[in-house]
Amino acid sequence: MTRVAAGGRIDRNTELAFTFDGKAYRGYAGDTLASALLANGVHQVATSICYGRPRGIMAAGVEDANALVQIETPFPEPMLTATTVELYDGLVARGLQGQGRLADLPDQARYDAMHEHCDVLVVGAGPSGLMSALTAARAGARVVLLDDQPELGGSLLASRNQLAEWVSAVTSELNSLATVRVLRRTTAFGYYDDGFVLALEKRTDHLGAAAPPAAARQRIWRIRARQVILATGAHERPVVFADNDRPGIMLAGAGRAYLNRYGVLGGNRVVVFTTNDSAYTAALDLADAGAAVTVVDARTEIPQHPAAECARRGVALKAGHVVTGTSGNGRVTGAHIAPYADGKAGARQGIGCDLLLVSGGWNPTVHLFSQARGKLRYDESLGAFVPGSSVKAVRVAGSAAGVFTLSGCLSGAADAAVAALQELGLSSAPPALPSLDAEPETTPGLVLWAVPDKGDESGPCRRFVDFQRDSTVADILRATGAGLTSVEHVKRYTTIGTAHDQGKTSGMIASGIMAEALSTDKHQVEVASLGTTTFRPPYASVAFAALAGRDRGEIFDPVRVTEIHPWHLEHGAVFENVGQWKRPRYYPQRSAAGSIEDIDTAVLRECRTTRESVGMMDGSTLGKINVQGSDAGEFLDRLYTNLMSTLKPGFIRYGAMCGMDGMIIDDGTVARVSDTEFVLTTTTGNAAMILDWMEEFAQTEWPELRVNLTSVTEQWVTIALVGPRSRDVLASVAAELDLSNEAFGFMTWRDASVAGIEARICRISFSGELAYELNVNAWDGLALWEALIEAGKPYGITPYGTETMHVLRAEKGYPIIGQDTDGTVTPQDLGMGWVVSKKKLDFIGKRSFSRAENQRPDRKQLVGLLPVDRTVLLDEGAQVLATADLSQLPVPMLGHVTSSYRSAALDGTFALALVRAGRERIGQRLHAWQDGELVSVTVTDPVLYDKEGARRDG
Amino acid sequence: MQLIRCPWCGSREEVEFHYGGQAHVSYPENPAELSDAEWARYVFFRANPRGPLAERWVHAAGCRRWFNAVRDTSTHELLAVYRIGEPQPEVAR
Repeated sequence: MTRVAAGGRIDRNTELAFTFDGKAYRGYAGDTLASALLANGVHQVATSICYGRPRGIMAAGVEDANALVQIETPFPEPMLTATTVELYDGLVARGLQGQGRLADLPDQARYDAMHEHCDVLVVGAGPSGLMSALTAARAGARVVLLDDQPELGGSLLASRNQLAEWVSAVTSELNSLATVRVLRRTTAFGYYDDGFVLALEKRTDHLGAAAPPAAARQRIWRIRARQVILATGAHERPVVFADNDRPGIMLAGAGRAYLNRYGVLGGNRVVVFTTNDSAYTAALDLADAGAAVTVVDARTEIPQHPAAECARRGVALKAGHVVTGTSGNGRVTGAHIAPYADGKAGARQGIGCDLLLVSGGWNPTVHLFSQARGKLRYDESLGAFVPGSSVKAVRVAGSAAGVFTLSGCLSGAADAAVAALQELGLSSAPPALPSLDAEPETTPGLVLWAVPDKGDESGPCRRFVDFQRDSTVADILRATGAGLTSVEHVKRYTTIGTAHDQGKTSGMIASGIMAEALSTDKHQVEVASLGTTTFRPPYASVAFAALAGRDRGEIFDPVRVTEIHPWHLEHGAVFENVGQWKRPRYYPQRSAAGSIEDIDTAVLRECRTTRESVGMMDGSTLGKINVQGSDAGEFLDRLYTNLMSTLKPGFIRYGAMCGMDGMIIDDGTVARVSDTEFVLTTTTGNAAMILDWMEEFAQTEWPELRVNLTSVTEQWVTIALVGPRSRDVLASVAAELDLSNEAFGFMTWRDASVAGIEARICRISFSGELAYELNVNAWDGLALWEALIEAGKPYGITPYGTETMHVLRAEKGYPIIGQDTDGTVTPQDLGMGWVVSKKKLDFIGKRSFSRAENQRPDRKQLVGLLPVDRTVLLDEGAQVLATADLSQLPVPMLGHVTSSYRSAALDGTFALALVRAGRERIGQRLHAWQDGELVSVTVTDPVLYDKEGARRDG
Repeated sequence: MQLIRCPWCGSREEVEFHYGGQAHVSYPENPAELSDAEWARYVFFRANPRGPLAERWVHAAGCRRWFNAVRDTSTHELLAVYRIGEPQPEVAR
């Protein structure tokens, strides 16, 4: 056991049992999985992804690049760092070689989103964050303080109870204030615009199986803050040397945190390799805990205070030395040290050790600041990037700002809060700073990225930069040797910084090594000029489940259904998604024997019944827009290609709309209700787009027109009653309405009572058959549908779905905008020149029709295609070729199939296609390419059924 | 997520808005009189400066009204918002 007898912030009265790599261990409440493993003498946690090398725990927080584990119970979760997993009873985990495994069962946990607004958001609850939050809170500001740890204190938690009373007093004060929200176990992972910060709160992860099932496991906090103070601290960075990746080698600050916070002494014979003052606190604390410590300091001049403290404890001090490599089989057993001068290491000598602590300095955690578009400045003395510009409403405090004395952090944090409060118009009196022991004067560290070695990288010794990616100094040199000079390119070439930790410990070092590699005797490349790779959110890993929150499964996206939907469900309709709508695609019939019709049989039956007798379809999803105002007619004239203002009340006109470029964007019918009111229909999927399109013109181009637009899609249920017997069916339920062709002609509408329901009946047809489109108040829709089904029974009425609708309209050559068109097709290309007004001076798209490009005779035009073998169904999207000779490449392609169906009426398959100069090719034999074969087709007019329109009036 | 100030509703989150391209490109008085090149310029060409650009926005998930805004394209900062029909305000970059 390496747990020290007393001390630390763990609860020694609460023992927890856990299993790692199949072995049972015990730890305490307050442990992380990492500290509990170390307490049990387990240093090797994982295996490296490329080289299979044993790897241990290198840090005590989120920056760890090594200790990836897979959690198995209570719910499988891949790729967590052992240093961020709080220990719980019953935890089962195992070490990973790079990649984890997602659960193959659904996650039953609940994930939530929270929305929060505050005056001041403080990220990080170390000494700086606490001081900022306290200052802001006392001024009466609404404060949110968040920290990724289960308790507040930040770096102080790793100390020997430094300022413990102050931390606890501030914590209680903040907790007591109604204006302050303190979020523990919460990581701010992204700064977006205007003070918008996303944070992940882990609420029950630390409870394991004891987590209450009703509580959300994790929450995404969406925080909008008027002022943000980033007190995110700093990450220690290592120094790179040969075989620097063995278990038992960790950051100096981590070694100290395990001792002081978790009561774990990571080793008994300890070498501390440092380039700066900060690691001495670790050396002294570990020595005081009973370890035999040797400090190896790359600097020749050791500051007097730490030197004296080392001497007092018998800590050996090797000034002007570096660690050049390590020994060990698994865990480290020895450090190779050598004198270091003029950038060169001398003859090496071995020191036995079971723990090697390393410190190469500290990198301010500037991720969020950088995401807020703050500029970074390279600080030569720190060997790190620090905030280098001001960002509106964002301040950086403490070591995140490059301040590394406690007194400096505290006073700077108070100042930052005062400045933020000032901008909010709140006056403040900064709280008194806690009294501190005199801090020894700090001396500058030495910036050392990598200890040089003999240059032999081919052997087994490797100098690792990014442990998780198994990327080495040699990889960087290979990248620069290949001519790469940008940190972004080197990142992608070497993969350094692309793992779960996003290079928190390796990115800065990689830039430093790159600068050295690119420098020549004549030209010095500065780290400052290389910069850093981009700090993108998320700062730490966030599960997709948390981001999705409750928006998954049925409520991932709204589902729109019509009022008749329950009937469709009850009658076995097969649905298809059209935008957000669920529309019946077809209604398969069940035979007495229980077998169910397939789609082809069902659709052929629905088509035949409709053409020969009567069918009906739920068309409620059609977009419907009500246009009102004294200028409504003029307005529609400007948007549609044809004239609408001349339409008389009671009449209906088909219309097409084009974009400014003359390409058709939608079509539908326009019914005039009165002098000042029209109702128009749009394609189901285009309803919102067309309303927006019309609204934009009404508001921006022609605000002088008196016109108002309202979507009425959901207010009306629309039922199409189609077929030669539709008149008979309607007559049986609309007794008082004269349905004769003379009284109620094609393209007119009438209001009438149908089965006791007030309906607006339009004589329009999307099938070529005699047809009535009945529009009723949405709440009457189901009743009308059922009444029509009942009335149609004597005629064998069939409900039909979108598939039959498509076949019937395609037989008539009616295009579907968005299926037979793709934004490059004009009305003329569709053979619908008749819908384009010659009388109107102008309308949207008119001028584009005369552009040279739109006048070309070889434009793609809509035609019909009949396969020579009428049993072959063409693929929609199949290319249409002029020749069967495929030897001349590229094979000239004329266009593609846009719609293709089996037809009962045409007794075989047919298709619509866009074909270059298609109308000139009518009668020609062309070829469609599908499934690696040529299918011969004959080009026809797109209207294949009832060309003379004899069936329209029944 | 950016806050956008709708001149009718006040500051709202950007997801409530849709973008409508460059503002003050009005529909030509008489398109028939324009040459193909002039018409193409109106239909297909828009300014793409680095810096302030007057644009149309619509508060699609709010009041559904269109308005104009001057946005710095290099920072996304909205330097001014103003209602349709109002002149483009001078903005200090």
